[in-house]
Amino acid sequence: MTKASTYKATTFWPNDGLTEVPYSLYDDDEIYQRERERLFMGPTWNVLGLECEVPNPGDYKTTFVGDVPVVLVRGKDGSLKGFENRCAHRGALLCLERFGNARAFTCVYHAWSYNEDGDLTGVAFQNGVNGEGGMPDDFKREEHGLQRLYIATLAGLVFGSFDAKVPPLEDYLGPDIVSRIHRVLPRPLKVLGYYTQTMRNNWKLYFENVKDPYHASILHLFFTTFRLNRLSQKGGIIVDESGGHHVSYSMLDKTANNPKDDSGDGDYDNAKLRADTDEFGLKAPALLGGRDEFDDGITLQILTVFPGLVLQQVRNSLVVRQIVPRGVDRTDIVWTNYGFEDDDDELADLRLLQANFIGPAGYISMEDGAVGAMIQRALPGTGGETSVVKMGGDGAASQESRATETSIRGFWKAYRKIMDI
Amino acid sequence: MDSAAYHGVVAGLLADYAHCIDSDDLERWPALFTETASYRISTEFNHARGLPIGIIDARNRNMMEDRITALRKANIYEPQRYRHIISNPRITGAADGLVQAEAAFLVVRTMIDGSQDLFVSGRYLDEIDVSGSQPLFARKLVVLDSDKIDTLLAIPL
Repeated sequence: MTKASTYKATTFWPNDGLTEVPYSLYDDDEIYQRERERLFMGPTWNVLGLECEVPNPGDYKTTFVGDVPVVLVRGKDGSLKGFENRCAHRGALLCLERFGNARAFTCVYHAWSYNEDGDLTGVAFQNGVNGEGGMPDDFKREEHGLQRLYIATLAGLVFGSFDAKVPPLEDYLGPDIVSRIHRVLPRPLKVLGYYTQTMRNNWKLYFENVKDPYHASILHLFFTTFRLNRLSQKGGIIVDESGGHHVSYSMLDKTANNPKDDSGDGDYDNAKLRADTDEFGLKAPALLGGRDEFDDGITLQILTVFPGLVLQQVRNSLVVRQIVPRGVDRTDIVWTNYGFEDDDDELADLRLLQANFIGPAGYISMEDGAVGAMIQRALPGTGGETSVVKMGGDGAASQESRATETSIRGFWKAYRKIMDI
Repeated sequence: MDSAAYHGVVAGLLADYAHCIDSDDLERWPALFTETASYRISTEFNHARGLPIGIIDARNRNMMEDRITALRKANIYEPQRYRHIISNPRITGAADGLVQAEAAFLVVRTMIDGSQDLFVSGRYLDEIDVSGSQPLFARKLVVLDSDKIDTLLAIPL
């Protein structure tokens, strides 16, 4: 394991280790530019969407790598391609629609056009008009293609990278993360709908929040009020070798609640019973039901892939969340709710019902929309100060206890390395 | 009853609805629905494509009451108020004691520090039960023009 003391102090990060995070990282324009260049456009895999969003040749989706606009395209041969969504001529957006189908990509401004590989195939009036004007003779279209993305897929997820030095996706993720991704994406997918939540805070505050199991049962009172998740529940934190990716999971503890029950449903019944008799009992406890669809008793799995993917299972609610930075103090979270093509009616309906837990109006996630902004608004005056990330020690290894900030330290471990700060 | 008469009933219910939410009389909000009514928030993008996800998806009045209980007792969010501006409703159908109506709305959100934003705009696709002594929503589908939500959506729209 990497020792925390190997991190060298820099002008950006004036201390060693991972337990004291400078507040200046959340509102510094220079850091933001450096993140775009070194981190998002560097050797990282950035989630672009789902394969099922672009099923047919010519289908495209506009999205982002960090805050850089890009296009994901399904080619004629069925392979996935991607390139910057910016004309090589004057820099205008090429595609405006969120989804579409095109045989070629033509800029509306001066009709420069590109094929599915991002090659420049046409320049309007390249030879001028009536022998006058036009491009110089030495203009070569092959020198003005669009910057391409490297594409990799895993279990229906699509990732892109601008950097040829990015490791193969499965090496980048490590075996634990790969198997936990497969766990919630075992079959062909179906999108159930989208929404975007705009947060008035730096993107890292959201990513840290998602990697922070310490707050879950404290800030999110719905969890504790209805006993949906307690830190004493069985579960754990897995942090990969790089530190950047993590999985936090928990399961209802059968033995503690009902030792004789092994049907897998007893805990849900118990949960309903308690909720019924609690002071704040639910009048419609069907929300607390669910199906053990992956046959492992895990009712909550939050998985992150550095730097911008959150893959969420809350009971039967499954979501791909993409983090899109929009400036130092603004972040969009794009929520793509999904199920599987072969979901039976009951399971399909459970996913919609349990979506009440998540999203901007979610019973157990609405607070996450505000807490980052509470930090952002309190940044003035922090100067050279740091936050304290010492819960569970100073390392970034996997832990069984969820009373820990190990996965936040893991994030900063990966961040310091790639940012070289 | 002719369409003009329904118009008055529907407009009155919508005015009461806006007043109920905007005056923080949220405990009364579910009482404006029938017991089996549904309340769902969708977006134009999802609605046009038949994508079924709801930002809120309440399938009966009990679920609406649960939402208010959670808002009051469990969920944590900064104090804020809404101001609804609802258009004249358009009656789109009427049969068997049920009236279908559509109305446009804007919601301005005011935070405790005084900052104000146009929070959301959209349309209500309502089905109203007019068979009883007072009209009640039997179904309310809220379709937002944008699918971007600023920060969080705690109070119902």
